[in-house]
Amino acid sequence: MSVDAATVRRVAHLARIALPEGDVAKMQAEINAMLGFVEQLNEVNVDGVEPMTSVMPMAMKKRADVVNDGEIAAQIVKNAPQSEDDYFMVPKVVE
Amino acid sequence: MTDLTKLTLTEARDGLRAKAFSATELAEAHIAAVESARLLNAYVLETPEIALKQAAVSDARLAKGEGGALEGLPLGIKDLYCTAGTRTTACSNILGNFVPTYESTVTSQLWRDGAVMLGKLNNDEFAMGSSNETSCFGNVINPWRREGSNMGVGSAGVEGTYLVPGGSSGGSSSAVAANLCLAATATDTGGSIRQPAAFTGTVGIKPTYGRCSRWGIVAFASSLDQAGPIGKSVRDCAVMLRSMSGHDPKDTTSVDIAVPDYEQAIGRSVKGMKIGIPKEYRIDGMPAEIEKLWQDGINWLKAAGAEIVNISLPHTKYALPAYYIVAPAEASSNLARYDGVRYGLREQGRDIADMYEKTRAAGFGREVKRRIMIGTYVLSAGYYDAYYLRAQKVRTLIKKDFEDVFAAGVHAILTPATPSAAFGIGEKGSADPVEMYLNDIFTVTVNMAGLPGIAVPAGLDGQGLPLGLQLIGRPFDEETLFALSEVIEQAAGRFPIPSRWWA
Repeated sequence: MSVDAATVRRVAHLARIALPEGDVAKMQAEINAMLGFVEQLNEVNVDGVEPMTSVMPMAMKKRADVVNDGEIAAQIVKNAPQSEDDYFMVPKVVE
Repeated sequence: MTDLTKLTLTEARDGLRAKAFSATELAEAHIAAVESARLLNAYVLETPEIALKQAAVSDARLAKGEGGALEGLPLGIKDLYCTAGTRTTACSNILGNFVPTYESTVTSQLWRDGAVMLGKLNNDEFAMGSSNETSCFGNVINPWRREGSNMGVGSAGVEGTYLVPGGSSGGSSSAVAANLCLAATATDTGGSIRQPAAFTGTVGIKPTYGRCSRWGIVAFASSLDQAGPIGKSVRDCAVMLRSMSGHDPKDTTSVDIAVPDYEQAIGRSVKGMKIGIPKEYRIDGMPAEIEKLWQDGINWLKAAGAEIVNISLPHTKYALPAYYIVAPAEASSNLARYDGVRYGLREQGRDIADMYEKTRAAGFGREVKRRIMIGTYVLSAGYYDAYYLRAQKVRTLIKKDFEDVFAAGVHAILTPATPSAAFGIGEKGSADPVEMYLNDIFTVTVNMAGLPGIAVPAGLDGQGLPLGLQLIGRPFDEETLFALSEVIEQAAGRFPIPSRWWA
């Protein structure tokens, strides 16, 4: 399989990465080189094989259902590009 | 006094305990070495004031006969580890001036044990790379030079064709090889500890998935990422790994089993151990010197009493293509958090979607963007089964290959660490990204199966550059890897750099 320019533009939008028109062809070529490389996986017979979900089988530990952190709003917003009264500020979302 | 930076970590530890020198003297010697090696670009942030403060505390403890396993020992920290109050960037512009308010579990354990922080080390952006050429802070230079190299220090800095230190932990490998720290933390998603170690004549171990907590380490591909050390000797790595390991309730994939005293495994007999030699690793076009290195390794282990058996890992060739579906898929999901809202870079946009797109376009480098896009594509509706699901099934088969040989009684597997020695800057991957990815052909299977793997230097190639061997172990049996790699280190010797040409 390979991708066309329209698919590259669509994937860039899905990934929320602005892709200037001048970069589309190069990105398309690189993605197609990768897709060509992974094509060989089609040679493998995977009938009846379970997909891996956990590389080291183990039972997940569960924490007690209690509050164990919090009251650190100032720390949480400390690295925000824009914040006010412990809120993250973003451009208007709803008109 | 002898040059304190030339000591191994464990030699320095013993020297401190014997009061041959102080932790402050040890820190000062390393701070001076780091300052005089800025041309190598191994450190992206130096923290001498933190180092001296920690060293003073260590001196006070040592004077009272107290102190932890790493008391007073200066380390470098890969810039993927969050360090409270100290800038952490993953070497990406998108994290900008991010200053964590918390400490990664692994580094907190190093400070608990008395270690001293010299600074943050360069790496490929978000650990995506095999040559440290994708960092937003620029390339790292390997302290090793080819024989007759045109490289040297001129008026404009380093001149001539310099070599890459491997990646993604290129700052870690370069700094350890150049004696700019006694040991370094690193991370390994597809070979990022073992390949740089092999390129610089240092030792690097990726422990079993789950051995070290991933909490507070910038995520790339969560089912593959593991922390581990790069050091000057096998023993040094054993001491480092013991401090770095252990269960952490904050990482549900960290395993709650006891951490052995790995140093006790050094010198342990390997007599009667079965060592597998996988035929699939004998690839076409493998340089004769790597064939020879592999045979040397076989001979050394045999001489130490190990039994060599030929094995087959039939799905080996599919590990790299499966990795380049699984890792970008996980990366596209993990890196969705960099949106210009909570931390890091923000570019203004006409609405929130435009802000996201502009921020991510400006903040991510080319390699990272490509991987996010591939990951987005293989997870998108209509392609998920064909790519992602198939890759995860192939991954099951890769792991089963290993389980079968371990069930047949094999204790560990010996392979070359890399298909070549360090290459020159700009030599690979400019036209086709796959050319660069092939560097990880021997290491990536280990991540796909979650197993422990160690790279240990074993010889020099025809150009005078170090080459490494890799040992792959059973899950959570890092001790056997330390015992076996000590045999190789004893036979091959260590590989200190021939000259400090940059200073």
